[in-house]
Amino acid sequence: MKMRKIKSILLGGLLLVVTVVSAQTPEEKGLAIALQAELADNGWGNSSNSLTMTLKNKNGQTTVRKTHGFFLEVPGDGDMSMTVFDTPKDVKGTASMTFTHKVGDDDQWLYLPALKRVKRISSSNKSGPFMGSEFAFEDLSSQEVEKFNHKYISLVKVSGTVCHKIERYPVSKKSGYTKIIIYLNKENLRPEMLSFFDRKGAKLKTLTYSGYQQYLGKYWRASAMKMVNHLNGKETLLSFENYKFNDPTITKDSFTQNSLKRVK
Amino acid sequence: MIKHLVFTVLFFNLSVVYAQEIQEEIIEEELVEEVVFEVVAIVVPAKYTWEISGNIQGDYRYFEAEGLYFGQEQEYFSSIFNPEIYVEWDNRNQLVQFKGFARLNQHDIEQTHWDIRELYYQKIIANWEVSVGKKQIYWGFTESNHLVNIINQDDFLEGNGVANKLGQSMIHISNYGDMGTIDVMVMNDFNPIQFPGAKGRLRPPFFIDYNSTTYESKDGKNNTDLAVRWSHSINAVDVGVSHFKGTSRTPLFTTTDGVNFAPHYELIDQTGLELQASSGSMLWKLEAIQRKSKRKTIQAYTIGGEYTLVTKRGYDVGLLAEYNYDNRGAESITGLNDDIFVGLRIGLNDGQSTSFLGGMSKDNESGTISYFAEANRRLGDSWKVSAKAFGFKDVAKDEFLYLLRKDGFIEISLAKYF
Repeated sequence: MKMRKIKSILLGGLLLVVTVVSAQTPEEKGLAIALQAELADNGWGNSSNSLTMTLKNKNGQTTVRKTHGFFLEVPGDGDMSMTVFDTPKDVKGTASMTFTHKVGDDDQWLYLPALKRVKRISSSNKSGPFMGSEFAFEDLSSQEVEKFNHKYISLVKVSGTVCHKIERYPVSKKSGYTKIIIYLNKENLRPEMLSFFDRKGAKLKTLTYSGYQQYLGKYWRASAMKMVNHLNGKETLLSFENYKFNDPTITKDSFTQNSLKRVK
Repeated sequence: MIKHLVFTVLFFNLSVVYAQEIQEEIIEEELVEEVVFEVVAIVVPAKYTWEISGNIQGDYRYFEAEGLYFGQEQEYFSSIFNPEIYVEWDNRNQLVQFKGFARLNQHDIEQTHWDIRELYYQKIIANWEVSVGKKQIYWGFTESNHLVNIINQDDFLEGNGVANKLGQSMIHISNYGDMGTIDVMVMNDFNPIQFPGAKGRLRPPFFIDYNSTTYESKDGKNNTDLAVRWSHSINAVDVGVSHFKGTSRTPLFTTTDGVNFAPHYELIDQTGLELQASSGSMLWKLEAIQRKSKRKTIQAYTIGGEYTLVTKRGYDVGLLAEYNYDNRGAESITGLNDDIFVGLRIGLNDGQSTSFLGGMSKDNESGTISYFAEANRRLGDSWKVSAKAFGFKDVAKDEFLYLLRKDGFIEISLAKYF
């Protein structure tokens, strides 16, 4: 008797949850999954890596750029990042420091070693391409949930993987996009593919992630990201190496103007 | 005193490397026959990270008018060598940085010169940085004038651009925390300014008698100069407040016969303020100074902004506008005493990092116009080509620039980075 009561309460509860879920609007569901994905990636602390960027033009000619950098998770706000250029040689030692914010404009500074000068970069530059690549600054900065409005579409298969298809719309008017479709792996909520749409609503670029590896038993990081520009036929491949986590020397003090001038 | 310290510290570090070298050579005795390059790679312990880089550049400069003064040419070929060596150890908590500069000029023996731009040892202890040696320090935010930037002397043989500063010997202590960054510098071994020689362009007509240089300080060029700066970034605002006490970097010229001019360096107290605020696509900038000497007190400021936008093709475009005020009048070498500056910056954001920067200043009172334009582009992976133009128009007779009024030029450069 008692058992049955508990069971029915449980069942009732379950039904309630199901109805709550189904009562969600596509906007609420999209946001809920984006928040879950963010939660799944919470607590990584700090990391560092090196990056090789291969630019490929329509004729298949390639150019290679190298950078390395380190990153800090800031609870309650966007991440901090420091990126240093290794090649081409004329920009070697140029470094950029970015404080992303959940709300409002990011702060970004560039250090020019030839002049010993730190310059603040205006946040309107975010839609511009990064180092001649098919990636815009905004594609590479930390993807805070608050920077988008979300809308859930459906479950779809992307290259055999079941994904949540969610549309997101940039909040900032300075963004180069009107819409981004993100495909999040249903299993672990890591991004598998992104499609970018320009102001005219045309599909501009597609980004695919591959070579995922799990770090600290929890955090998924892709070892390759490929961006294809459908308008100009160009491609950019990012390949990440030397991922490291839990470096005790990476703290808030690693992100000062002094460290920006010193970083190599 | 400071010079001594510089030498001791550098010597100490060299001896450390040397000791390691000997130890490693004994261990690696069988490898004696290896080529030199590999031996070098072996003797530097794994804990040391070192790097040699730099560039070699060739310039061709063409002056559009014949020189006003005897001996000047219209075409100049020259070359620059910029070597850099960087060594770090102790988990990046200790480092030595060297940056050299040398120029060979086809005609002017004075412009054929070299300088140690940087050679310093730095130690990092938690939030403290201590550096000893020759350094380059840049302060300020504005583009058309650099009032607050006082630490390093201009390498006037290279023109008065911000990229051309002589290395300054100092002990530099820096501390950063939640309340911002405090920098303290103690300097001596002052670098007097030097102008191009008889065969060079962009020089005054009179003979500068460097041997008769005088200093207000009784210690001459070895006066101990002091500088302190507090700087901070609070969200969208960057701020800096600085004070410099010591020998002025800008000389006055004294003459008894009207032909020979001797530089004189006063002692000054200069307080500087730098302010920058970002608001969407706009960057607002302000630099202001008050400079006191026994003779007079001057005030100067630069105020303005930069508006940036990104075009449909992904070009970065920056529109610059600044106003310069300076109450020292004709005494100012730059002549920016009541001038409006407008400028344009374009970055194509392409694989070759093609960029353009141009601007002009106009004096509201005298009508003097000065302008510049420069563009550069990477070729392949390690070459860079650049073009530059610089000139004046309607220069007023009472300005220092009047002496240089025929020295407008265009220049093409090719640099190889290694």
